[in-house]
Amino acid sequence: MDQILLQILNGLDKGSAYALIALGLTLIFGTLGVVNFAHGALFMLGAFCTVSLNKLLTMEQVVLDETRMTAWGTPMEIRTPFVEAWFGEFGTTLVEYAVPLSILVAIPVMLLVGVTMERGLIKHFYKRPHAEQILVTFGLAIVLQEIIKAWFGANPIPQSEPDALGGMLDFGAAIGMTEGTITYPAWRLVYFLFAGVVITGVFCFLQFTTFGMVVRAGMADRETVGLLGINIDKRFTFMFGLAAVVAGLAGVMYTPILSPDYHLGMDFLVLSFVVVVVGGMGSLGGAVMAGFLLGILQSFTAMKRPAIFPDAADRTVGEDILNVWYTILEYLPGIDQIIIYLAAVVVLLVRPRGLMGRKGVMET
Amino acid sequence: MNAKASSRNDLYLILGFIVAVALGPIIMTPFGGYPDLLQKFAIFGIFAIGFNILFGLTGYLSFGHAAFLGAGSYAAVWCFKLVGMNVLPAIISAMIVGGLFSALIGFVSLRRSGIYFSILTLAFAQMCYNLAYSVLGQPGMNLTNGETGLQLKLDDPRYFGESASESGTIPPTSMFGIEMKQIHEFDLFGMTVQVSNGYFVCALFVILAFYVSMRIFRSPFGMMLRAVKTNQNRMSYTGLNTRPYALAAFVISGMYAGLAGGLMSAMDPLAGAERMQWTASGEVVLMTILGGAGTLIGPIIGAGVIKYLENIFSSFNDQVMTGFFDFLPDWLGSAMVWITSPFVGEGWHLTLGVIFMLIVIFLPGGLMEGFARIGRLFRGSRKRGEGAADAPRVPAE
Repeated sequence: MDQILLQILNGLDKGSAYALIALGLTLIFGTLGVVNFAHGALFMLGAFCTVSLNKLLTMEQVVLDETRMTAWGTPMEIRTPFVEAWFGEFGTTLVEYAVPLSILVAIPVMLLVGVTMERGLIKHFYKRPHAEQILVTFGLAIVLQEIIKAWFGANPIPQSEPDALGGMLDFGAAIGMTEGTITYPAWRLVYFLFAGVVITGVFCFLQFTTFGMVVRAGMADRETVGLLGINIDKRFTFMFGLAAVVAGLAGVMYTPILSPDYHLGMDFLVLSFVVVVVGGMGSLGGAVMAGFLLGILQSFTAMKRPAIFPDAADRTVGEDILNVWYTILEYLPGIDQIIIYLAAVVVLLVRPRGLMGRKGVMET
Repeated sequence: MNAKASSRNDLYLILGFIVAVALGPIIMTPFGGYPDLLQKFAIFGIFAIGFNILFGLTGYLSFGHAAFLGAGSYAAVWCFKLVGMNVLPAIISAMIVGGLFSALIGFVSLRRSGIYFSILTLAFAQMCYNLAYSVLGQPGMNLTNGETGLQLKLDDPRYFGESASESGTIPPTSMFGIEMKQIHEFDLFGMTVQVSNGYFVCALFVILAFYVSMRIFRSPFGMMLRAVKTNQNRMSYTGLNTRPYALAAFVISGMYAGLAGGLMSAMDPLAGAERMQWTASGEVVLMTILGGAGTLIGPIIGAGVIKYLENIFSSFNDQVMTGFFDFLPDWLGSAMVWITSPFVGEGWHLTLGVIFMLIVIFLPGGLMEGFARIGRLFRGSRKRGEGAADAPRVPAE
């Protein structure tokens, strides 16, 4: 039982990232009918918002302290970040909470990036063939990624979560199980909760506001909404910006889990596409659900038999089942790397429109 | 244009192509060509020709063709390991493996079209990459040797050849005794021209590949593929199942990719997973688009241009750029260096991305369309009125 729970938890953080990116992809596809190959790059840009803010906050002033000497006989350099020198204690807190703070930076930045992208580039491609839409966003992804590489270098830049939200959380004890059975990095839980909040926010926005209602109407029948005298293009542009923000936020909060580097986006993009295909193209709920499902599926196939595992005689029924599962996995080494793609193949062959796809949408 | 004239044009085209390939080493020498680069032209030319058969004719945009190239090069290296150092069986097995992979992936991906198809091929290619990079590289089932890449070893069996040469090293790849890496030099017009044996093999295959692709373009089968691109629904309504045709095109282009991979291994007998990555798939798309999808020689021109620019741009560095802008005043020169340096050397991919976007935005028909436009411009200004009659012949395939 605890093993199963642990694996579900393990799957949640990756699943959250998949779900957030896939949600953005689906939003863009549903509103504008464009598949955005640069969406992974937006995720990466979000992550690099954190990196930039962190760099900015930790910019140091160097003071030569004449009273103390280093081992080489030169005056010792005292390095303190400017923010600490200016704001004292508060500055230290600022530096520590750089990752959550970047959310505030990332929202306007990503909104701007998204809107610029739509107005400046993608707008001109609605009437062109699908292949060209894919190609131009693909080219944009390469360009964005290479700019980041030129600016920040090719190596991953580790970011750390605030101490208060870091460390391990004894999840088992919290829900009344034996202590120490399920320990889980606290930040991953934070990430999951954050993803939950963002997803709920987007859904509420679409469901309960007038703006969202118009957007949904536009998704169903763009022409009619336009004929009613509503400027649907403007709203769709905003939705593109919103999707960019969602991807960016997913990237911001993911930085402590995976150190961002320039090709981070593409790795996630391919998987998010699979998520969208499994969930059903154009279905927001499907994208989110498939994201979590595939994340959990992946973590279940990454399980390994622990070093201390009871012998056949002392096993409970649950442990017996687990044992069978471990044995299967031993015969399929590395299956966790490809399980998501295999799942996509099965879904495609059995239910071509995806788990929650509407009938007739992208079935051919 | 009657059938006779078009077949005569084709004859000229293929003859011209053969001459261009044969004279390639001589033409390229003043522009800094060397045997490896010429081989690359030919290999990526084959890759792009194959990709064009799928994308140019049927309009299915595959983002996973690098997987077939990678699979082909692994197959060829295994052939060197198990059979012997002759390149012919290696290349044939590479084609077969490329074809098998594409048949498998095509069977699943071709259930969908349009955007979906691109996404699926991208996903499967990434799956193949993961398989090659980690899953099949683990001890116990080590087919790909993971991160390091598959290499030849001295103790490989090579059942139909010698396992080690007389000097105790790994024997070089050869075709019935002719070594691929051996370089011939001769003087012509005061310059030293270098040609490797490998280039002749590549040249032979690129000519064959070009000829086959031309036959496909002109055949009823090619017509059927064009019809799939133009209006697939209509084809279905007339009671025709288009999927076998699309699958056939997919497998053929997969075999071309396998051939390119096999040749790559034949020239340099090692294979790595990075050949399968999505960037490699994107590159062949770019070559085809740049040259002109759906035209016969466009993809080869695209492949040549990209590989040539890559060779030039990645050899530049700040010092070279500083020398280049020497004639400018100091401040302007350093400003120019600052602007251009992200685009050269390590930053070659940035240039590639920018070219890619510019081409897609402004010249979706690629260089061939550009040439055609320029040609029309000239003809239009010289003898206006006859331009209209010439127009149908302008898309010079």
